Amino acid sequence: MTEFIVFVLAVAILLYVLLGGADFGAGIVELVSGRRGMDTISKAIAPVWEANHVWLILAVVIIFNGFPRVFATLTTYLHIPVLIVLVGIIFRGTAFTFRYYDTANDKTHKYYTQFFRISSLLTPFFLGVTLGAIMMGRIPPHVEGTFYNSFVQPWCNLFAFTTGIFLTLLFAWLAAIYLLGESNDKQSYLTFAKTARILFVLLIASGLGVFMASELHELNFFSRFIHSPVAITCVVIATAVIPFLWQQIKRQNILLSRFLAGLQTACILTGWFAIQFPVMVYLADGSHLTIWNSQAPERTMTLLVYALIAGILLIFPAFAYLFKVFKFRQDKQQ
Amino acid sequence: MMDDFLAARLQMTVSFVFHIVFACIGMTMPWLMFVAELKWIKTGRKVYLELSKAWARGVAIFFAVGAVSGTVLSFELGLLWPKFMEHAGAIIGMPFSWEGTAFFLEAIALGVFLYGRNRVSNRIHLFSGLLVGIAGVVSGIFVVAANAWMNSPSGFDWVNGQAINIDPVKAMFNRAWFQEALHMTIAAFASTSFAVAGVHAFMLLRHKENEFHRGAIHIALLFGAVAAILQPLSGDISAKNVAKLQPAKLAAMESLFKTSEPAALVIGGIPDEEKEEVKYGIHIPHLLSFLAHGDPNAEVEGLDKTSKEDWPPVAIVHFAFQIMVFMGMLMMGAGILFLIFKFKWKENLDKIWWLKLLVWLTPVGFIAVEAGWIVTEVGRQPWIIYGIMKTKDAVTPMPGVQYPFYLITLVYLLLTFLVVWLMRRQILAVHSNTQNLITHD
Ligand code: HDD
Ligand code: HEM
Ligand code: HEM
Repeated sequence: MTEFIVFVLAVAILLYVLLGGADFGAGIVELVSGRRGMDTISKAIAPVWEANHVWLILAVVIIFNGFPRVFATLTTYLHIPVLIVLVGIIFRGTAFTFRYYDTANDKTHKYYTQFFRISSLLTPFFLGVTLGAIMMGRIPPHVEGTFYNSFVQPWCNLFAFTTGIFLTLLFAWLAAIYLLGESNDKQSYLTFAKTARILFVLLIASGLGVFMASELHELNFFSRFIHSPVAITCVVIATAVIPFLWQQIKRQNILLSRFLAGLQTACILTGWFAIQFPVMVYLADGSHLTIWNSQAPERTMTLLVYALIAGILLIFPAFAYLFKVFKFRQDKQQ
Repeated sequence: MMDDFLAARLQMTVSFVFHIVFACIGMTMPWLMFVAELKWIKTGRKVYLELSKAWARGVAIFFAVGAVSGTVLSFELGLLWPKFMEHAGAIIGMPFSWEGTAFFLEAIALGVFLYGRNRVSNRIHLFSGLLVGIAGVVSGIFVVAANAWMNSPSGFDWVNGQAINIDPVKAMFNRAWFQEALHMTIAAFASTSFAVAGVHAFMLLRHKENEFHRGAIHIALLFGAVAAILQPLSGDISAKNVAKLQPAKLAAMESLFKTSEPAALVIGGIPDEEKEEVKYGIHIPHLLSFLAHGDPNAEVEGLDKTSKEDWPPVAIVHFAFQIMVFMGMLMMGAGILFLIFKFKWKENLDKIWWLKLLVWLTPVGFIAVEAGWIVTEVGRQPWIIYGIMKTKDAVTPMPGVQYPFYLITLVYLLLTFLVVWLMRRQILAVHSNTQNLITHD
């Protein structure tokens, strides 16, 4: 029961990172690659961003229905970064839509674009900070000490910031790979491929940064990592895939490139889930909120499972259809 | 300095007042679009195609703003009221999880409807429009069920500050569920339809020959008239239920300070909480007894049955209720007129005074929606879960809530300004595009 729900939660997070993350990343790539990518990017995300966004809502709903204590704890102590993420989501979603739909093309588009790009950068960073804070174990079990102790230091530290940078780069990199398939001339393909390469190097560096920061904070992240067979397998796969991925990008095999990049991301997240499981939040006094001690009563969990199964049966075919229509079909002749 | 509790309540208010506008539009516009699309397929008249396309553009903008503001709300429940969510999450999470499914289908169908005109068959395109409409209404009903539970908590036992024996099904189908879902759904149709009709009437006044706007008004008012006529009936069901479930809220709506048998209905007036009386109101004997209990001589519970510290702010609830009912009467009147003109004296529908009336009625439905929610939410105070948990016990322990409140308010003000400005641009652009559809094509 509980495991199934946690599994769906993990899948929702993964899909949000893969699909929603690519959306955010597109804004970052735009920031890096300038105007060139803009039309491609708008066209690529317009039909799907709304649906991609819902993965986040699904994750939130699962948490507050199935693990209400986790929800209450996170929203209390991580109020500030969560609020920034929200403001980022507001600006990004609306600026993107306004830019796409506003018929008149004039100076205002510059402002939308600015908002779109900046919030595309800010949101993943603070999302990463939030995730870092969850792993880190500085969230106090009760409000105690000063404002700083309870509401700032759980997330305002080197480790959380490095996870923020890591997630931002991950999103940007995913977007660059994803956009390879949306570019329709050689020149922009090469631009995106170059961006992807640079981002990849930065991503690896920031991944190492996360480990280093965790050592500085004495989190034993590394030893937790090497004691988890699943996590190690994930890293091995993610690393082994790298040369293939470069080959495919060179050969302009878009579908396979996207798949491999998705696989790598899935490995990274699975590795994280593996070292985290069954803990949902580490608390400062050394205790944890696990999926077992924070779950809702059994009847709620049973009903949640039914809702999720029904949802899966309805949503996945519909989603597949959406992607089929927009990613693999051409406009019919009018 | 504003205190944290007040700031949290105001932030909640701002967020909801903002979101509900988009929610109403999101529940109603797909249906209007669907009808326009249907008429286009049936009659082959270009106006309807243009109409469906123009509305779709607007809906895409509103939908995006609705989606982000809704996302903000789902987090805010925890950011502002963590103690509430800690207990309520397990009990009323269920409608939210179903709502999630409805949102997904809505977003997917909307993607197909907005972007797929040239990629899928006409029939699938039409069907996707219908699906957006159904999913929108269903998701609205689910959230409102969660709110109804706050008004009429059920499906658990409250023992020593903990909820046990939780039954989410019972909680969802609580005693206020049906009345609120019905009233809210009709409200969405009434408010959005009248607003749409008003905007197109405004444009028609400028260019009297434009068939495009005439078609738009007609479709919108068909929905609007039916909804506006049904709404007072559904409001009566709500009022009777509130009298039973939350007598203090009813007493505040009516400013009934003393339990009376029979009770008179007070229209207008200024309630004075200190002196416990209403100044300048019009009193209609027996009517409140009849409206609340269906019997002109029934006893109606007054605020004296509730200890004063548990009173909701009487004046706000009373004014909001009067505003809602007044707006409801206006809309019902206009709805009846429309149906009469439609079947007889058709020429009136083109009269300037009628179009001007419609323009004046543009905001009326939304004013009623906001007022109605203020009745519901402020009327429940000081409880967040009626009779179980006080709002002040649910608020976040984080100091300095004023700053998030300022931030969110600022962001929403900016967005309001932008959306209004964009819509204006959109409408003007559509208008110049449809100038050639002047005559019957
Ligand atoms: C177009 C909007 C609209 C119109 C014309 C009316 N209402 Fe309404 N009313 C609402 C929109 C609304 C709402 C959507 O804002 C509320 C808030 C909660 C709800 O279920 O619907 C509401 C709540 C609400 C409540 C409180 C329900 C509760 O707390 O559970 C009552 C008693 C009424 N209404 C009664 C009426 C009456 C007697 C009307 C007569 C004309 C009326 N309403 C017109
Ligand atoms: C009376 C109250 C409410 C009604 C009738 C309502 C209805 C709706 C509707 C119809 C939409 C679709 C958006 C659109 O079409 O523009 C929507 C969006 C949304 N609402 Fe609300 N809502 C209400 C309150 C809430 C509350 C309390 C929450 C959260 C706790 C919430 C969360 C959301 C979310 C997350 C979305 C975005 C869904 C998406 O991306 O498709 N809403 N709401
Ligand atoms: C969309 C229409 C709604 C509007 C305009 C609205 C408005 C308000 C207002 C004005 C308050 C502040 C009351 C006060 O403190 O005096 C409030 C509080 C609140 N509302 Fe609503 N509300 C709406 C729907 C909902 C729904 C659907 C839910 C939950 C599912 C909800 C949950 C809450 C909560 C948790 C609070 C804070 C506690 C409280 O003050 O009772 N509201 N809302």
